[in-house]
Amino acid sequence: MTAKQLAKKLQRQFKEIVSDAMEFRGELTVEISDASQIAEVCRYAKEELGFDYLVDLCTIDNDDETPRWTAVYHLYGYGHLRHLRLKTSVSEEESEFPTVTTVWRTADWHEREAFDMMGIRFAGHPDLRRILMWEGYPYYPLRKDFPLAGKPSEMPDVAFSDPIPLEGGPFVTLAGGEDAAAREPRVRTPE
Amino acid sequence: MNFFTKSLGHHLLGLYFSREGLIKAMKATEVGYNSKVEGDVVHTRLDAAVSWFRKNSLWPMPMGLACCAIELMAAGASRFDISRFGAEVMRFSPRQSDLMIVAGTVTYKMALAVRRIYEQMPEPKWVIAMGACASSGGMYRSYATLQGVDRILPVDVYISGCPPRPEALLEALMKLQNKISNEPHITDKKPARDRGLVLS
Repeated sequence: MTAKQLAKKLQRQFKEIVSDAMEFRGELTVEISDASQIAEVCRYAKEELGFDYLVDLCTIDNDDETPRWTAVYHLYGYGHLRHLRLKTSVSEEESEFPTVTTVWRTADWHEREAFDMMGIRFAGHPDLRRILMWEGYPYYPLRKDFPLAGKPSEMPDVAFSDPIPLEGGPFVTLAGGEDAAAREPRVRTPE
Repeated sequence: MNFFTKSLGHHLLGLYFSREGLIKAMKATEVGYNSKVEGDVVHTRLDAAVSWFRKNSLWPMPMGLACCAIELMAAGASRFDISRFGAEVMRFSPRQSDLMIVAGTVTYKMALAVRRIYEQMPEPKWVIAMGACASSGGMYRSYATLQGVDRILPVDVYISGCPPRPEALLEALMKLQNKISNEPHITDKKPARDRGLVLS
């Protein structure tokens, strides 16, 4: 069964919420309009469609567009060797997806990372705490409104952070430079 | 080299441990050739002798945090052989080491652990910041990266490079040995962190 047929099957099962499969460069993406049912969709994909491997779970900050958060689930099946991508969104007010750790246990750390970097919660996650930054760090660094230079923070005896000097930094790109050497990212001290 | 340093060291300390005792001994005995001690005695200042012991038996704490640690390992292996400089005794306990080689990117999450390990090392102690990341944050102008380990530790020698080759580490080690041999150990009893070092 091809990935397209698998996506079709998924759509037949969840008629109201699963969109048509969109193809881009041979990769199929399916949008799920109701984020609260993502766990059921994933369970069906795993148990009935053979997507036994969650390759990756990542999140997108849509900045000032609504809804703000999009979660992306990359699925793969070792039985049929097909890929499928699921996308679903929630608003900033909600900022919560149902956990899929009940479907694939590997989602545990993926969801913790999304929580750490974006500040999105996953309802029903068994152990939702920061995984990369330290416990008590007050910000979510991959959000669009987090400055590239970082923000100062202080956790006595745990960790601190300072904003970093970006001026002339190691990877400054200039749009519209004359040649590749002028455009490519490198150390540039402003004149 | 180490065995030589240590055995000679004991000999010297045994002879020179008390200045008064030495002066007394010199007054009591004839100064001149004595076949029983010739070849075993070196005349020097105590400071210079202690510096010599210290600089030739640095025991590194390998603070390997990123790819620089691979070059650090290469410096310890047979081709570059850091033991030629008496610094081959890598100690993974801070209690037994006196030279911290910070090899790699120091993240904020790791920073206080690095600081704590440094504080657990007994005096006298020295720090080498190995590579661009440890010296300045390197290419990581990032919310997560400490912009140079000198913000939390007093660094003696910085090494440029990303990563530096083992020769550069050996060069830094020799620079540090020069520095140690010029330090007044006996007269200056202040700990390293009080010698005009800025800690944030």
